Amino acid sequence: MLLTRLKAGGPAIAKQGILVAFILFMIVFSLASDRFLSMDNVMSVLRQSAIIGVMALGVTVVVIGGNLDLSVGSMLSFATVLVVDLHDKIGPEMAIPVMVFATLCLGAINGFLIGFLRLNSLIVTLGMLSAIQGLVLIYSGGQNVDIVDQSGTWFRFFGRGAILGIATPIIIFALLALIIHVVMSMTPFGRKVYAVGGNPTASVFSGIPRSRVVFATYLISALCVAVAAIILGSRVMGSQNNVGQGYELQVLAAVILGGTSLLGGSGSIIRTVLGVLMLAFIQNGLILMGQPYYTQWLVTWAVIIIAVWLDVAAKRGRLFSPIA
Amino acid sequence: MTETTTQPALRLQDIVKTFPGVRALDGVSFEVMPGEVHALLGENGAGKSTLMKVLAGMYQPDEGLIFIGGGQVRVANPMEAKAQGIVLIHQELSLAPEMSAAENIYLGELPCKSFGRVDWKALYARSNAILERLRCRFRADALVADLSIANQQMVEIARALTVDARVVIFDEPTASLTDAEKVVLFDIITDLKAQGVGIVYISHRMDEIFTLSDRITVLRDGAYRGTLTTAETDEDAVTRLMIGRSLDLSQRVAAGEVGEVVLEARGLSCAPLYEDVSFQVRAGEVVGFYGLVGAGRTEIAETLFGLRTPNAGTILIDGKEVTIGSPQDAIRLGISLVPENRKEQGLVLGMNCRDNMTLPQVGDLTTGPFVSGGAEVSIFDQYRDRLAIKTPSWRQPVGFLSGGNQQKIVIGKWLSMQPRVLIVDEPTRGIDVGSKSEIHNLIRQLAGQGYAVIVISSEMPEVLHVADRIVAMYHGRVMRSFNAGEVTEDSLVQAISGIGNGKAA
Ligand SMILES: Nc1ncnc2c1ncn2[C@@H]1O[C@H](COP(=O)(O)OP(=O)(O)OP(=O)(O)O)[C@@H](O)[C@H]1O
Ligand SMILES: [Mg+2]
Repeated sequence: MLLTRLKAGGPAIAKQGILVAFILFMIVFSLASDRFLSMDNVMSVLRQSAIIGVMALGVTVVVIGGNLDLSVGSMLSFATVLVVDLHDKIGPEMAIPVMVFATLCLGAINGFLIGFLRLNSLIVTLGMLSAIQGLVLIYSGGQNVDIVDQSGTWFRFFGRGAILGIATPIIIFALLALIIHVVMSMTPFGRKVYAVGGNPTASVFSGIPRSRVVFATYLISALCVAVAAIILGSRVMGSQNNVGQGYELQVLAAVILGGTSLLGGSGSIIRTVLGVLMLAFIQNGLILMGQPYYTQWLVTWAVIIIAVWLDVAAKRGRLFSPIA
Repeated sequence: MTETTTQPALRLQDIVKTFPGVRALDGVSFEVMPGEVHALLGENGAGKSTLMKVLAGMYQPDEGLIFIGGGQVRVANPMEAKAQGIVLIHQELSLAPEMSAAENIYLGELPCKSFGRVDWKALYARSNAILERLRCRFRADALVADLSIANQQMVEIARALTVDARVVIFDEPTASLTDAEKVVLFDIITDLKAQGVGIVYISHRMDEIFTLSDRITVLRDGAYRGTLTTAETDEDAVTRLMIGRSLDLSQRVAAGEVGEVVLEARGLSCAPLYEDVSFQVRAGEVVGFYGLVGAGRTEIAETLFGLRTPNAGTILIDGKEVTIGSPQDAIRLGISLVPENRKEQGLVLGMNCRDNMTLPQVGDLTTGPFVSGGAEVSIFDQYRDRLAIKTPSWRQPVGFLSGGNQQKIVIGKWLSMQPRVLIVDEPTRGIDVGSKSEIHNLIRQLAGQGYAVIVISSEMPEVLHVADRIVAMYHGRVMRSFNAGEVTEDSLVQAISGIGNGKAA
């Protein structure tokens, strides 16, 4: 296919399509269960969505830049195991920076291979997905780790604490979403990510350091994983070796649901947040309606297909031209 | 209109087509007789391509009727158009780059053997026959991605010749063809004409239109302005109908004082693309690089812009040797490049007009850490007015603009950098006559303000018109360098075809 496809315009309508679907779901679920829209339930859904949400923010940046990141799931396992294990060994004030640094290094490897060596992001991050899982097992020797003094450490604040009655994970998610949204929509860096994702060649011809921009998107993704690991580790106060397994698909689902094009160059952080919330509320609604957890998988799949179809249909509606 | 007894091959009646914010066609009527070449003219964004896409089934008109061979039809999609014998050769190439030329030519109807196996032998034989007829020098099994733009254009044309066509539409076919290839194309058109095929010919080049066409229809701002019989009119009349005024092309803006040497290349080589190239560009001077497509001019420009590494020679700016390792280096040194291929190299099609235009300098247009949207809009407004860019607003994604307006965005993008050295590669490809002279004037003015300008062009009138000095190239070597005053067309033609002895500028 010609690289010269149009990816523009559509989002305006597509976004509304997704919003409409979201509102419809909310109505159906709130009719089916009075608990669904209760303050308690809403807060708990938001709190639970924070981990996937935070990771989805980073992945959105990568996808807008024209690449994929499938390694976030096992990177989350790595980061969580590391921070929990180091918590008792060197204390939380040291464990957190060490873990963040190590996770950034993993992101840098992705970024180097994909940004500077121009390797295919699907292959690189799929490889990293299993490589990092191996790394976790080597590090932990297969043992699950736990924090011994679970109620005494201030580390509990990130996952279990609250500010003014709002759970910390929600606040972290909201703040990070705001920051990354501002970076992507208002700074030169954000503009460059969109340009590189939209047309890498033209970006180079515009004097944009394409390799460095791609590299940076993977650092941002890794940073988001590190933040998610802090929330997760602090909430569970322990970690299994494969705690992040499968997260990469949930995250990608949320990003796609938010209407970010996998072709790169378009998408938005705010809409990813919408995608995250939609996914979380649908899954919660199904549980409240007494559906077994595996129904969620089917419904999630159906929702994604519908969302993608809406997105494509909206674009075609505005752009008939098959050559574009 | 001429009175005729035969049915038109094609007739469009009162076609209306709107896009969000744009009334692209406002009740346009148009007809082509069998065996007629009907030229369609109008400024960039006048609606020419849109009208033809309606005809080819790519857009559905909001209102209006289409008649083919006398009967009214509805053309719901490109396949139907093809079945009706309507073939559109696109302004923007639409080939599959990872396939061979032959596969592209017969895409959709590959000759088959039993069990649906492709009959490669027949495919290549037939394709080669067509390519031979077009006097192309590449074989049908060549990968399209490896072909030059001109050759890709020939594949696109070859594709049209496989269909038993009733009407063939050429949308700016010559924008990237050399003179020799144009001659071949014109022969083909004459052939088709003799076979009774109706031809629609869109171009911004008056000379072509007056050589080829029987009638000329002019569009302006999506409205029908009139149809003239070519033999009974002249360029001036057509221009006035098209842009509402006459153009005086003989005047050229005087450049200012020629100053110090700003840019110099000494023995620059990037074998096998070009070798031992030396030249100087002074402040206040326009240097034209003239030659055939493939003479190595674009590659020199790319080297100066840090996109290629030379394997010998030096580049000097203000007399000091510099290394230009990347476009960022080039931009820092004050060099701008308007690239040859706007869609691949110049634009992010999904991004809006303003953001495209300010892309190279977005890092500098900031208040605090944030991009200053206001500063961007004011740059955009300035160059929209200066270049007469037609778009409903700066928010419009560039991909929705007409071809010529897209080109203007690219030019605006690099002019707004206020470079010291401006390199433009085929700057007016696909640009209408009014804007073309506007851009030529602008280039002259920039030189007048002390910029050093390099214009790469395959159009002789263009180099003759804008350049103070002309460097003629042939096969990667500088053949001769002329001063604008003393050059003749003959000597230029000789120099770029390798006749006469090579001599550095
Ligand atoms: N798909 C589209 N969506 C929105 N606007 C469009 C679309 N296609 C064309 N336009 C607008 O319609 C108008 C006519 O465009 P068109 O491409 O027909 O011009 P043109 O006469 O072919 O110009 P050029 O000489 O530059 O090729 C322009 O203002 C253009 O911006
Ligand atoms: Mg056009």
